Amino acid sequence: MRLVRQIMGLPISLDLPDDEQDAAERAFAWLREVDRRFSPFRDDSEVTQFDPDGPHSAEMREIVGLCETYEGLSGGAFRARLPGRGFDPSGIVKGWAAQRAGELLRAAGVTRFCLNAGGDVIAAGRTWSVGIRHPDQPMAVCAVLAVRDRAVATSGSYERGEHIFDGRTGRPARELVSLTVVAADLTTADAVSTAAFALGRDGISWAAAQPGCLVHAVDAERRVHRSAALRDLLVSPGTMA
Amino acid sequence: MRKALVIALLGIAAVLPLVRYRPAPAGAHPVAAPAPAASSSIASAPPNPPGNQSVVDGPEVDSDFGPYQVRVTFSGTRITDIALITEPGDRHSQRIANAAAPTLRQEALQAQSAHIDTVSGATATSEAYAQSLQGALDAKGH
Repeated sequence: MRLVRQIMGLPISLDLPDDEQDAAERAFAWLREVDRRFSPFRDDSEVTQFDPDGPHSAEMREIVGLCETYEGLSGGAFRARLPGRGFDPSGIVKGWAAQRAGELLRAAGVTRFCLNAGGDVIAAGRTWSVGIRHPDQPMAVCAVLAVRDRAVATSGSYERGEHIFDGRTGRPARELVSLTVVAADLTTADAVSTAAFALGRDGISWAAAQPGCLVHAVDAERRVHRSAALRDLLVSPGTMA
Repeated sequence: MRKALVIALLGIAAVLPLVRYRPAPAGAHPVAAPAPAASSSIASAPPNPPGNQSVVDGPEVDSDFGPYQVRVTFSGTRITDIALITEPGDRHSQRIANAAAPTLRQEALQAQSAHIDTVSGATATSEAYAQSLQGALDAKGH
């Protein structure tokens, strides 16, 4: 069964066994809650009302902690607080929220599912074939990965234009057009892919060096770069039914 | 039938960079049916009668090198012709695109024939989703 909902302004697609609709609806409800509480576009959200001095909810403390972690790890290339802008942890929240949705599904006893939140994927319980979107062609993929019990997140400039900024310079990140990270969980995959994209070309080796992370990147000249170990996941024609 | 169309479209996408190298001359493509204008019709295009020629226009794609769009001619479900209707105009950008295409093209050609459950991509807006492969996979139910 495949369910699709529009939440957080994103298409959320969930593939899971037919008899698990209740668990699916709880996962969707959580994502709607995240939209209410953490959207930068809602006047009354915790993000819009953010006061650095607090008080913060437990979830907000977690989000702030994640932002600080990846600001540090990326040497400031990833930044949730760009000069002249309010606190915007959007680069972290989507993956974190979808990871939590996946944990809700697992807690409800759903072991086999594929959750795709606006292009960020959790592949659980069996091998799922996950295409990486071709940066220039919406209907094509530029690689297919066989993924089981791991997460895949992609950052790129092709959908929303130059919306990822290099926090070190304040300018849009332009050296890459697409960067995908495979990791054990989606919080990590999304945060690492966002930060690596902001880092530009240096982000490729930086992401590959993050614990448990594999990277696939396409630079602005359309050259493909990837971790050596990613080859083990690459599906070549005919190897999957 | 719809699956065949989706597979065919994936094939087209793989061949796209080739088209960039050898743009077909305009007007060389006899067609029997008028081309649908909107790319969003792709996922739900009605089956073509076998043996009949039909034409499908791909979505207009915004690349770093400018917008481009392909027109595909089917004979039944078989692709008989692919042509660029619009292509990136800037000559300098065009040159860069052509010079750099092969690496990504090789990867993409490898990938097109594989079965796909889902697509990882940069944040898809709801609007872009309607014209995306993920949208087509979801519409198909798998």
